[in-house]
Amino acid sequence: MLLITCPFCGPRDHVEFTYGGDATLTRPDPATASDADWADYIYLRDNPKGPHLEYWQHHAGCRAWLTVRRDTLTHEITMTAPARKAAGGESGAGEAGR
Amino acid sequence: MSRYSIFSLARHSLRGHRDWPRAWRDPEPKPRYDVIVVGGGGHGLATAYYLAKNHGIANVAVLEKGWLGGGNTGRNTTIVRSNYLHMANAQFYEHSLKLWEGLSRDLNYNVMFSQRGVVNLAHSDAQMDAHGRRGNAMRLNGIDAVLLDREAVRAMVPDLDFSPRARFPIYGALLQPRGGTARHDAVAWGYARGADARGVDIIQNCEVTGIKRDGATVIGVETSRGTIMAGKIGLAVAGNTGHVAAMAGLRLPIETHLLQAAVTEPLKPVLDTVVTSGAAHVYVSQSDKGELVFGGDLDFYNSYAQRGNLPAIANFTTALLALFPRFSRLRMLRSWGGVMDMTMDGSPIIGKTPLQNFYIDGGWCYGGFKATPASGWVFAHTIANDQPHKLNEAFTLERFASGHTIDEKGAGPYPGAH
Repeated sequence: MLLITCPFCGPRDHVEFTYGGDATLTRPDPATASDADWADYIYLRDNPKGPHLEYWQHHAGCRAWLTVRRDTLTHEITMTAPARKAAGGESGAGEAGR
Repeated sequence: MSRYSIFSLARHSLRGHRDWPRAWRDPEPKPRYDVIVVGGGGHGLATAYYLAKNHGIANVAVLEKGWLGGGNTGRNTTIVRSNYLHMANAQFYEHSLKLWEGLSRDLNYNVMFSQRGVVNLAHSDAQMDAHGRRGNAMRLNGIDAVLLDREAVRAMVPDLDFSPRARFPIYGALLQPRGGTARHDAVAWGYARGADARGVDIIQNCEVTGIKRDGATVIGVETSRGTIMAGKIGLAVAGNTGHVAAMAGLRLPIETHLLQAAVTEPLKPVLDTVVTSGAAHVYVSQSDKGELVFGGDLDFYNSYAQRGNLPAIANFTTALLALFPRFSRLRMLRSWGGVMDMTMDGSPIIGKTPLQNFYIDGGWCYGGFKATPASGWVFAHTIANDQPHKLNEAFTLERFASGHTIDEKGAGPYPGAH
């Protein structure tokens, strides 16, 4: 069981959360992005074996989107922060939706 | 290679089975090979076997970081089927099924392929329509498919919950009679023995730690047993394809995810086919040892851990008991996890890469076992000819950027959704 410490609700079982995938991707600017930029953004992943920045939504709690740093080999969680804050501003939160 | 037969069995039994020869050698790696296949699971070993058998390329090494078949070949639930909707998938997997049908004889190794049928349940009118469509598509591709009504399902699998209060009411099913199961370890061992007999070096406990490049050409690998040069290199390391390809500087449309399965204690014959339910997210068959082998969804987060968490097991076990209330008194014997290359469209990637002499066979999601023979067949062709076989020309790495995805489920670019 993963224990995710929600910054708003405290430590909670991961079944309260929905996984949102890689949190390092940045949506390209539609005004300037090429087809190749979009293909990279939509399809390609670093897929690291080790620390991974990823989104989780606390759907059964405060419903906030979080950015979590979790090791994909050991499942150890070393950081949990509100996604907006981790992305450095308001614009980051929208990236988490899917 | 000494052939296995009733006579060799009788001869060895008279000697108390004390002097069976090794099934394959344990060679030291040579400094250079024509082809290196990274990954000693079913796919890598099949590739080496067909390189030698179909293409006459025997100066080949298979490098395995652990032991043969210790990855996903030894962790899957052994189901073989070709009940696909899209043409590229249907024809590829049907070729695989045809190879399965002659595999034990071809390899002189009993892979215990049992065509007990695969029953895909429908729990609503809409699902019956979808199964009808899929069955028609399969038959147009020359694949066997039978649409069963509720009574026909009851005759085949009487232990399903047919009561009026069933959580998943049985409307019918799509049956592929030629589908079934096989002995997973035997597939790796049979291909290993066949490849070794044709001159392939199978090198275990040899982990690839780096890939050597000369510009855009791949020329060799760094391993835990030294540097080995190669004319061509093929990856067959599904689960770790992203990790190993990154050593060559490639980013792939793959996320690595965790999938679990479990077996019950052994019991007398109770289920003589494979039952799957897409709606309930579970599948089950009975092994030749009598255990019920069952599994369901991913754990749904990126992981290379080869071990999962209890919620996923609880989910598919609950679904199994909803379908088969009778199984509720069985005890679970063990559960295990494996890691899957989940691609962005749910279909594999078999083909060339932007690097010269470097080929990828991966992205098997959770359907790689049944593909083993055809995967090796077409990957060997791709490596030998530096161009894809007709059956894998759609499974390119470029299909994502060019919009030619093969999205069997229509789920979009979410790897966990396939």
